[in-house]
Amino acid sequence: MSTAPTPTKEQLSDYCHNLLRPGNTNCAGCGMSMGLQWLDEALGEDRPTLVIPACCGIVTAGAFPTSAYGVPTVAATFASAPAVATGVSVVYRLNNEDRPTVCWTGDGGTYDIGVATLSAAAERNEDMIYVCYDNEIYGNTGGQRSSATPEGVVTSTTEKGKAERKKDMMAIMAGHRIPYAATLSLAHREDFLRKVRRARSLRGFKFFLILSPCPTGWKSEAEDSVDLIRLAVRSGLFPVYEVFGGVRYRVNVQPDGTPVEEYMKRQRRYTKGKTDAAVLRRFIEDQWHYLNGMVRAFPAGPND
Amino acid sequence: MVSGKQDGVLTGAFYLDGDHACAEGAIAAGCNFVAGYPITPSTEIVERLAQRFPQAGGTFIQMEDEIASSIAIQGAVWGGAKAMTVSSGPGISLMMEHIGLAAMAEVPCVIVNVQRGGPSTGLPTLPAQADMMQARWGSHGDYEIIALCPNSPQECFDLVIRAFNLSEQYRLPVLFMMDEVVGHMTEKVVIPPRETLTIVPRRYTQLSPAEYLPFRAGPDLVPDIVKAGDGYRFHVTGLTHDERGYPVMNAGCQDGLVRRLVDKVRKNADKIQQFDADQLEGADVVVISYGITSRVTMRSVQEARARGVKVGHLRLIVVWPFPETLIRKLATQVRGLVVPEINLGQMVLEVERCAGGHCKVVPVPHAGGAVHDPALITEAIVEAAR
Repeated sequence: MSTAPTPTKEQLSDYCHNLLRPGNTNCAGCGMSMGLQWLDEALGEDRPTLVIPACCGIVTAGAFPTSAYGVPTVAATFASAPAVATGVSVVYRLNNEDRPTVCWTGDGGTYDIGVATLSAAAERNEDMIYVCYDNEIYGNTGGQRSSATPEGVVTSTTEKGKAERKKDMMAIMAGHRIPYAATLSLAHREDFLRKVRRARSLRGFKFFLILSPCPTGWKSEAEDSVDLIRLAVRSGLFPVYEVFGGVRYRVNVQPDGTPVEEYMKRQRRYTKGKTDAAVLRRFIEDQWHYLNGMVRAFPAGPND
Repeated sequence: MVSGKQDGVLTGAFYLDGDHACAEGAIAAGCNFVAGYPITPSTEIVERLAQRFPQAGGTFIQMEDEIASSIAIQGAVWGGAKAMTVSSGPGISLMMEHIGLAAMAEVPCVIVNVQRGGPSTGLPTLPAQADMMQARWGSHGDYEIIALCPNSPQECFDLVIRAFNLSEQYRLPVLFMMDEVVGHMTEKVVIPPRETLTIVPRRYTQLSPAEYLPFRAGPDLVPDIVKAGDGYRFHVTGLTHDERGYPVMNAGCQDGLVRRLVDKVRKNADKIQQFDADQLEGADVVVISYGITSRVTMRSVQEARARGVKVGHLRLIVVWPFPETLIRKLATQVRGLVVPEINLGQMVLEVERCAGGHCKVVPVPHAGGAVHDPALITEAIVEAAR
């Protein structure tokens, strides 16, 4: 017997209106949950249709009675979210319905198996917002490496730490010359909301990358999640920036030189394999060498 | 319980689940290349190999998807490796084009399918046996494969070695049809000393480059093989090809090639087939089962015998090629054949075909998500005996 009070009709209506309903099965400290709530806030009354491939995001949609999405949700196959979203968004346009179509995908579905449909939808400049919540691991199957996993990280298929660097998905998407691509920080709410609203105002393909903490996979504490993202931004590991038309760059938050060790030491995925911080420092250095070069050569304009 | 941190090939008695036993069997079979992609309930196999290959000698690569996994292993074969990929449900569906290529280009390899409930995403963590027809017919065109169904962790070890041996002997993809229960159940697994295992080596040609034709078969209808870069003329293609391996796209060449691809299994079926027969002689009813359902059936058969029914149990270990001759003979000797399986009627269609109306054929279907209640099978046995 439930002892919870019966919700009023008004409360029930609020509850149903949430994009991510309370009572879902997501882990505490899940970055994806935060991202969904901020997406909801940014879009306001503008109700999106979600297209979600195999990932923790579709587990969120999961089994009754904990099914958690308060907006229309299409579960795509693993490799195909942008292709499904193409069908959805094109028909909305045909029917003169101005509704946002949002692909909500993990890094496996974005960086690995889904990269062909992602690239093709971007090339066609389909009208959708594509969000990758990147937790740098296959979380749904218990924590295997993906091509978004940083060098040195221990996963169930990289026992001695991953040998390869993380793929630069932002550069790949900018290379498609899409109207808008940006990274979203879960420690910078105003920046996050502004960028999503900006994307909503643009026609064509918009790409977002969220570094999304996963306490289960990162072997971190749930209450550290937002702090970890702040440290990732400050250390320069996760740059917060936007790219207009694929060629005009703007950095939104400058790193402040916080040592990346501060970020690493709070996650056993790094400490377990005794990952050398120099590996990440070199990555950060190379990343900013490239990014600063782009900003200098191709700065965003006043109208961007 | 043993961790995955042993060196080399394991020997001794262990407490393993089917997925881990399958990984150990592959290592024992000499497999040294596995490409895969995470998917429940098969992920534990590749996780184990990711840990064990560095010590045992081999390479595991986590690929970007199952399409890549199922073709990377074929590249590895042409480089000289014994190779395997592992998946389930949607992942196996993505591999279908490459299973056809492996059949066409005669690439020895093993494809493990830890079956889960479908269609589509279905029941990722729960069992089914509903990919049996997909295993046989999933890729386009006419071809034959071999498929085995283990019913225990011990058999996941033993039979995956046979799967590799058959793939080498007949140069084709062998599908290793586990299911979620067999994959995740933990039992005693005895691994014999390596020197006592029968391992079929790759059938590399003894001919000189001047004499060798890559797709000229001997009396067993299977051509000997070379690897790329050995100084032999080498051309591998999914197009219809002649004995040199070069595309020749006409009806005559198609007829010669495709008939041979099919006949090398059909005409060698007696050598390939493997089953367990329990009291078939004098039986009024025979239950035909495979995989995890055969374990449930053992209980049902005991109960039916206790109720006075003369019932035999035929457990298929090699499911494809299907033991047609045996089923035809049984159908003339019994009142009924009972076929329990965790699908809505797949292998029972083969049984019906072979029975040809000589006896009753009673399906005991189950849509998946669990194994049968043994009482259901018992009742079907009793009913069939009437």
